[in-house]
Amino acid sequence: MRDVAIISFAQSVSARESERNEVEFLMPVVREAIAASGIERSEIGFTCSGSSDFLQGQPFAFVMALDAVGAWPPIRESHVEQDGAWALYEAWVKIQTGEVESALVYGFGKGASGDLGEILALSLDPYCVTPLWPHADSIAALQARAWIEAGRGTERSLAEITSRSRRAARSNPHAIVSGDETPDELLARPYVASPLRAHDCAANGDGASAVVLAAGDLARSVCSRPAWIRGIDHRVDPASLGVRDLTRAPSAELAGLRAGVGRDRIDVAELYAPYAHQEAILRQALGLPETTNVNPSGGALCGHVMMSCGLQRIGEVARRILSGTADRGVGHATHGPALQQNLVCVLEGE
Amino acid sequence: MGETETGGETLRARHVLEYPFRRSLGPILERFFTGLTEQRFVGSRLDDGRVVVPPAEFDPVTAAALGADRLTEVGPGGVVTTWTWVGAPGPKHPLDRPFAWALIRLDGADAPFLHAVDVAQESAMRTGLRVKPRWAAAPVGSIRDVACFEAEA
Amino acid sequence: MADPVKSIVTPIRLEYDYTPGRATSRFLRGIARHCILGQECPKCHKVYVPPRGSCPACAVPTEREVEVRDTGTVVTFSIIRVPSENIHFELPYAAISVLLDGAGIPFFHVVQDIPLDQVRMGLRVRARWVATEALAPTIASIECFVPSGEPDAPWESFREHS
Repeated sequence: MRDVAIISFAQSVSARESERNEVEFLMPVVREAIAASGIERSEIGFTCSGSSDFLQGQPFAFVMALDAVGAWPPIRESHVEQDGAWALYEAWVKIQTGEVESALVYGFGKGASGDLGEILALSLDPYCVTPLWPHADSIAALQARAWIEAGRGTERSLAEITSRSRRAARSNPHAIVSGDETPDELLARPYVASPLRAHDCAANGDGASAVVLAAGDLARSVCSRPAWIRGIDHRVDPASLGVRDLTRAPSAELAGLRAGVGRDRIDVAELYAPYAHQEAILRQALGLPETTNVNPSGGALCGHVMMSCGLQRIGEVARRILSGTADRGVGHATHGPALQQNLVCVLEGE
Repeated sequence: MGETETGGETLRARHVLEYPFRRSLGPILERFFTGLTEQRFVGSRLDDGRVVVPPAEFDPVTAAALGADRLTEVGPGGVVTTWTWVGAPGPKHPLDRPFAWALIRLDGADAPFLHAVDVAQESAMRTGLRVKPRWAAAPVGSIRDVACFEAEA
Repeated sequence: MADPVKSIVTPIRLEYDYTPGRATSRFLRGIARHCILGQECPKCHKVYVPPRGSCPACAVPTEREVEVRDTGTVVTFSIIRVPSENIHFELPYAAISVLLDGAGIPFFHVVQDIPLDQVRMGLRVRARWVATEALAPTIASIECFVPSGEPDAPWESFREHS
């Protein structure tokens, strides 16, 4: 295995990009990540992105977004219709092959142009589930109730997770929402899809994120403290909601095991949990102890850009390692209904 | 797409995407949807003995192809295993008044599936509630040939 | 037993509040004023029409606006014989890629008022606009292009684009 590190990270999040097209809001993020990497744009060996055209309803928006990165003369490039975290995985594999020494990875989403919770019904079984059009919050609520009735937690547990996240988000300039409500104050608010309240569901928005990856010697030559990828793995559970235990995330457990989460202490974890109970499920799946600082950014509950959020979680951990405020951390990304698919990335400083 | 202006410099427009997909079913789902037009539920038996509905084409654990010999009739009654409430239904939803989404495990099946439950109010919903299907008046071959479920009398 | 159900219809309809972004909005507002606006790359000086706010070759934002002419050169074309929803041109018709005078990239439109077997690369055309009172921020404000009557443009003047 080659040593590969994240050497820079940039992000942009807002409740709604009502003025800019995806090129206009992606380009500054890509430029910031490249400038911070110390590598010339023309020297970057591979570019990989994650997005979904369904979010803004513009076919081939992912191709048009390439205008933001400078794809002429032709570059080596790939795209996944997944969160940018999976684009990062592909770029990591590309560097492992020895074909390239560096990669630009970005993810972007413009979900606020439509009804994201409704659009996500398209990611369900197209024969038996999509024609019913359940909202994403409803699917998560089925999982939350199963989790509560299995004795894994209570509505108060949800409020505690949300309260802590909203307080953490107050120091995150990229957060869409934040607050200092107590759990009791949150519990007094109405349900949006019982047992979930609006604050237990991700604060959706538009935006983009980008990281630059570099292999061993290149990373060391341009970066004083690279965030080394010590383990990365992604796994998937069956798509059908009925055939798996919704109160657990077996694919996250396996990905965490394969990525080596438990081999040493974890200072910081950024978990892509768009619903409060999912943070608890993931914390358990990854075996994180109480000492781990979970979602110091406020997480997806306080700012959720579909197709970028997972890459941002990895970037938030990398940022803390790059700056020396953490030594070892785990970034997590999810896709699909009720934590169906999970990616785990373990990062370390030297 | 008709152009509509906003106060700022940037234009905005209402934009509608429509896809009139017709999906072929294959030998397993064909039996499930044909069953719905006859007011019957068809599930299938997995390698570990569990019965799932809708029937599976491949075993979710062993990945083995599951043939038509695994099909078995289940239901029509069942039990709610988890649920949530939809206070403001949208135009695409199966019911035009507040209703519950539920995972429903049909009698004879081991795995639940998603459908709507028509009850008067949220307080009438609970995990463990016995339900039965309300069939659509004119079946067309759709999961919506089950109009919804309702509490057993 | 009833006839087996072999396939099902699963219609999908999604509604969006779409924005083309700042650069393209300015272009469309220009169109409503009978004016075709491009944006020039500060590095390579190529003029993009319609603009999307960036130079895809240099990966830099484009901000300087440049008005281009409504005359141009057909750099490639195709005769369209299949109907398509929302397209009102009578079949068959000629779709063209037209390089406007002053622009660095061509864009797609339709040429009319010429026999199809005479549509050719190098043909000089000009925009036919809708009536002034019907001008709106949409590319449909240019009804079509028609031959301008000028001599054909030499191949060298558009070889980069064909």
